[in-house]
Amino acid sequence: MKTVFEHPKALSDVLMHYCPGCTHGIAHRLVAEVLDELGVCGNTVGVAPVGCAVFAYNYFECDMIEAAHGRAPAVATGVKRVLPNSVVFTYQGDGDLAAIGTAETVHAATRGENITVIFINNTNYGMTGGQMAPTTLPGQVTTTTPYGRDVKANGHPIRVCEMLATLSGTAYAERVALNNVKNVMAAKRAIKKAFEYQIAGKGFSIVELLSTCPTNWGLAPTDAMKWLEENMLPYYPLGVYKDIGGDK
Amino acid sequence: MADKVLVKGNEALGEAAIKAGCRFFFGYPITPQTELSEYLAKRFPKVGGTFLQAESEVAAINMVLGAASAGARVMTSSSSPGISLKSEGISYIAGSDLPAVIVNIQRGGPGLGGIQPSQADYFQATKGGGHGDYRLIVLAPNSVQEIVSLTFDAFDLADLYRMPVMILGDGMLGQMMEPVEFPEHSDRVLPEKTWATDTTQGKRKKNIVNSLYIKPDVLEKIVLDRYARYAEVEAKEARAETYLTDDADIIITAYGATSRISRNAVDALRASGIKAGLLRPITLWPFPKAEYQRLAKTAKAFLTVEMSMGQMIEDVKLSIDCSRPVHFCGRTGGMIPTPGEIEAKAREIAASL
Amino acid sequence: MAGKMLLAGFGGQGILFAGKMFTYAGMLEGKNVTNIPEYGPEMRGGTCNCSVIIDENPIGSPLVLEPDILIAMNLPSLARFENAVAPGGKIFIDNTLIDRETTREDVDAYYIPATRLAAEAGIPKLANVILVGKVIRESGICSMEIMDKVLEKVVPPSRQALIAPNKKALEIGYNFE
Repeated sequence: MKTVFEHPKALSDVLMHYCPGCTHGIAHRLVAEVLDELGVCGNTVGVAPVGCAVFAYNYFECDMIEAAHGRAPAVATGVKRVLPNSVVFTYQGDGDLAAIGTAETVHAATRGENITVIFINNTNYGMTGGQMAPTTLPGQVTTTTPYGRDVKANGHPIRVCEMLATLSGTAYAERVALNNVKNVMAAKRAIKKAFEYQIAGKGFSIVELLSTCPTNWGLAPTDAMKWLEENMLPYYPLGVYKDIGGDK
Repeated sequence: MADKVLVKGNEALGEAAIKAGCRFFFGYPITPQTELSEYLAKRFPKVGGTFLQAESEVAAINMVLGAASAGARVMTSSSSPGISLKSEGISYIAGSDLPAVIVNIQRGGPGLGGIQPSQADYFQATKGGGHGDYRLIVLAPNSVQEIVSLTFDAFDLADLYRMPVMILGDGMLGQMMEPVEFPEHSDRVLPEKTWATDTTQGKRKKNIVNSLYIKPDVLEKIVLDRYARYAEVEAKEARAETYLTDDADIIITAYGATSRISRNAVDALRASGIKAGLLRPITLWPFPKAEYQRLAKTAKAFLTVEMSMGQMIEDVKLSIDCSRPVHFCGRTGGMIPTPGEIEAKAREIAASL
Repeated sequence: MAGKMLLAGFGGQGILFAGKMFTYAGMLEGKNVTNIPEYGPEMRGGTCNCSVIIDENPIGSPLVLEPDILIAMNLPSLARFENAVAPGGKIFIDNTLIDRETTREDVDAYYIPATRLAAEAGIPKLANVILVGKVIRESGICSMEIMDKVLEKVVPPSRQALIAPNKKALEIGYNFE
């Protein structure tokens, strides 16, 4: 009998703590499938963030490190410098990566640190209950922008891929979305390419995954997908923002 | 023994780290420890080491955490304001049971303070600095030669007890040149790093380096286990040096730079017939309590000398349970006490005995 | 011979180099030595000084507060430190650059136009070493013989051509009457 679907070996066989309908589970699975397909799980070290994915260290079968809030790229740098032939990735949310960890993110990228960053953008701080994130859209209601994000008071959302694409050390930056099957397949291709670039020693790679947060958005999972399409895609266009190409 | 060479404390520390097998350094420039970073930037490429200037002290200490997780001997250095920034990471390193060496070449504070030698980070080094129940082993050299030997010890102790070790110096020691010998470093027998996240290679179960334990009973057990290790450190690793203390009425006590100045004061006091001696803690944590308790039986008074408003003095009082008067002589803000000031204070005490 | 020495001048006059020469001399003659510069923003073009102690016995504080020997290569340094010199101590003054004498009467003062002598000898950057030669002659803090070995230590291997001019400077200073 032909196996058409199985649990990725790089994904731990444990119950995840994520909310129903949350896309973190999809993102985890895609990373694990890629580690399996590239055959690198045994040579990989992952770095988990502070945020909803704080327990990611329980969900991957490779060695894992739990970093302080925002510091995953610095921790990954330390690991990669000691083990230059290993595969090192961080898995970070928007608050972790683009607020408290902006300096670590930007400088890991500009150093061309040969690591892969999996970046979950769901426009809010999920774990602490839905506060404004650096990616919260103008006018979006969160618990700390109860009247909607006023850009005059709270500033503008950061487009991370566009920003990092300007840096010479960034080898690959792509934004994908986890809102439908087609986009999920595209997301996997992007994640795989990012890891392949790392394995080829090309430098810093980042994949931004537009994700949903039904619980904190106060929407049913299907409505959350729709909200992502209607609100996030116009502000955060999908696409490849940096690709230094095949042979470098 | 190798030839003696004349080197600055900061540079001696860097060379000793190399001899101790350290090949990874993550730092950020700050006076007065910059020579250490610059020395390693020059030397590391020649010995296959990695020197990386981070974007901040915060990033540097987290790079240390990553390198230590991967099983490397790793070091960072800074001076007071930079150590404040690193304190978050130091707490995580302690909470993740990782070995690492952190150097603080202290300067005057608080805030930006100044750049002259100070000892006002004693509390930060020995009582926390970062959050949570944790300890650092804190080593306080008082000569360039001792910087070398304590740097060796720092790496070994960190690996042996799986905890961060701080070398607490000051601008005077960092800038001072003295002749030193660099002996070959021989490791103690150290445990294998079976806990390291250095990739499974498909040969073992995965390792996790982590300081998060969401269930309070699990967290408490982890902390209690760690404190059992700390108790072992306290029982085995406390160190002090004494000078003319056997018949001393007044025990002057100081560490690092001030212990050298105090030694001049002891000589001057002895020359004028006052029985003074010097007790110098070499480990600030664990604090060498037993030595203080022993001398409290024969001495009449203690005089603590610090470049601070009085921090170590609290440990001196606690160690002897306030069974003898403990006096204080200190300067702060980067001012260095003179032997004359210490001598005058000791004479005052002698007159009151 | 033991001594506490303070060397002071402008940054760029070779104060730290001269301090290192004495420190190495003491070390090579088997003594305990310490050397500590004053550090800080003043390193960058302002005044510069360093403390050197040579002693048979272990050295406590490396800071020289009451020097037996003061070398002053500019007026601010003389003004700042001359009153600190121990009674009976020695002050060496580069009188090309310092146009007054010391106000102290309880010390031995030596006036050497080191900067002019260096220029005349075609070694304009070695006024500091001329002063070192004079200090050795008058204080006996170390021997002239040890200076060959000292120069091997303080002159980097890539700049061995500088050894001969340094020796010349030492001799000019040593023989200056």
